[in-house]
Amino acid sequence: MDFKKIIEMYDAVLRQGHRTEIARELRDEDDLFFILCYSDMLGIPNPAFYYTLELYPHMLERFHEWHLRMGMDKSPINGFRCC
Amino acid sequence: MQGFILAIAGMFVFFLGYRFYSKFVAERIYRLDPDYVTPAHKYKDGVDFVPTNKFVLWGHHFTSVAGAAPIVGPAIAIYWGWGPAFVWVVLGTVFAAGVHDFGALVLSVRNKGQSVGTLANKIIGQRAKILFLFIILILVLMVNAVFAWVIANLFILFPSAVLSVFIQIPLAIWIGYLVYRKSKNMLLPSIAALATMYIAAIIASRVPALQIDLPRYFGGEENIVAFGLNGVAMAFFVWIVILMIYVYIASTLPVWKLLQPRDYINSHQLILGLVILYLGLFFMGSREMTAPMYNADATTPWFPLLFITIACGAISGFHGLVASGTSSKQLNKETDARFVGYLGAVGEGLLALLTIIAVGTFFATQGDFLSSYSSFGAAGDIGLGTFIQGAGQLAGGIFIPPDIATTIVAVIVVSFAATSLDTAVRLMRYIISELGAEYKVQKLTKKHVATTVAVGSSAALALLPQGPQGFGSGGYLLWPLFGTSNQLLAGITLLLVTLWLKRQGRNYLVTFIPMVFVLSMTLWAMGRQVIFDWSGLGGAEMNLLLFLLGSIIFVFACWICLEAYKAMRRDGQQPPRDQDASM
Repeated sequence: MDFKKIIEMYDAVLRQGHRTEIARELRDEDDLFFILCYSDMLGIPNPAFYYTLELYPHMLERFHEWHLRMGMDKSPINGFRCC
Repeated sequence: MQGFILAIAGMFVFFLGYRFYSKFVAERIYRLDPDYVTPAHKYKDGVDFVPTNKFVLWGHHFTSVAGAAPIVGPAIAIYWGWGPAFVWVVLGTVFAAGVHDFGALVLSVRNKGQSVGTLANKIIGQRAKILFLFIILILVLMVNAVFAWVIANLFILFPSAVLSVFIQIPLAIWIGYLVYRKSKNMLLPSIAALATMYIAAIIASRVPALQIDLPRYFGGEENIVAFGLNGVAMAFFVWIVILMIYVYIASTLPVWKLLQPRDYINSHQLILGLVILYLGLFFMGSREMTAPMYNADATTPWFPLLFITIACGAISGFHGLVASGTSSKQLNKETDARFVGYLGAVGEGLLALLTIIAVGTFFATQGDFLSSYSSFGAAGDIGLGTFIQGAGQLAGGIFIPPDIATTIVAVIVVSFAATSLDTAVRLMRYIISELGAEYKVQKLTKKHVATTVAVGSSAALALLPQGPQGFGSGGYLLWPLFGTSNQLLAGITLLLVTLWLKRQGRNYLVTFIPMVFVLSMTLWAMGRQVIFDWSGLGGAEMNLLLFLLGSIIFVFACWICLEAYKAMRRDGQQPPRDQDASM
């Protein structure tokens, strides 16, 4: 094993715990963003729905994971039949 | 006996334990299956569940579990001679800690990566979950009080280390900013930060003006500063208050701002410290163990107190939390569990072994040792300081001047203790919030209220107990309580693994025997201390605080034994399940 690989491995060891935390914070921020985008469909007025509407196709793939994480076993929105 | 011979003997037993015993446990008892789909693959989400290379995972597991505790325990327990401490660390690691950490990992992997707390709820019931939360609450409370005191004590003993420790805070914030705002790599800046800290330590150990020596500023032991407190007591008070303000801020900040970059720097320190000290030990060659093998003059008997004095380094319930909380979700293959879990315990055993050797070789003669370690209380007071000086001497083996090495080791130990401290305060805050939600006390679920309760109670516990040298010297009185709550946690994990093995129809003695041993030693030791040392019945003066805390832990220990007995009996009436069934 060459020196570079050893350093990479060492870095990976030390970064392991942090990677999880950062990924979690990022996911929390994403979740908040989802709530903002879907707020209209959940009955919370969203003044920016005209713009966020365009984001839906990009978010659809992760929608199922998101509603599961939010504690909803089935899709909360009639229009989206992900499960 | 030469120090390095003891190290080689210990390492050899660890090697045998890993090579043969863990192999036997992996193949015959836990029956690891290389084709089993681990939670890391099954629930892969890029956050918690991520398949990880076993070397990386072991490194992370080890750096998460190793802290100041495996240093403090053996440094005190050597009071009974290095023999009992050595035997307990070595055999405890091989037969108890190894199967415990390894078992917690396997049990969690076989149960969707769930943590020990959740599993206790599932297997034993709701009562077990509440009990579990309370034990962790007590454990973290002890960690906070003991480590706040430990750090204050080290700042007073080694004023040259203070500057480096405080420099670490802005450096860590700077690294956090670079990495998470500017997307830079963490390795180089953290090495630069470490170098800066050590340069500061070197300069401070040679320039007295840079040593922040509070007792000297307050006029020393003879000078009464205020409220009847002398200079040293006042220094303790000020340091503990400063530390509590620091942990309040550190534990409420987002983790990436301070905690994580600091942990990263500390991981360098852990690895560097272990390498330097073991190299020093082997290069130095002839250093005689001046501590006696068995201290026949000890007024406090070693049995059963030894088993709660050394928790981390022999067996520690905290490892079960890490193994089942994070490592199990990242295990690539089930067969990696032996490497990660068992060797994680061995790593901590090595740290404890090093402590025994550093303290045991420090004194010039056996007489010096006996006069310094004159009583169990004295051992508590001087244990950690002696380790630091002993480790400074060991570093001399690779030509580092002892005064500089001592300052650097003090910086390393304080860094570990500080990490334990703010992680524990953060954890305590979460538990208080959870208990608040459980018992519908809405206020407790708020971040700042929960943190205030956590910090306030920890500060009170650090400051209230009166030790033999007056105010501020009571911190180590809490150490046996810390060991006990840690062992109780290990007892619960071993119980869960035993029940799992029993249900699978396998030989469960490998976990059942350590469980019975750990729980009975804990009960015995706590009962003895509560009745004879703290209740006022055994000749010693009554100590209400320790008596109350000790009694609570004693009741918890009885409770766990009862739950264990009930669960084992209940389980005995059920037919064993098939091999792959989860709980």
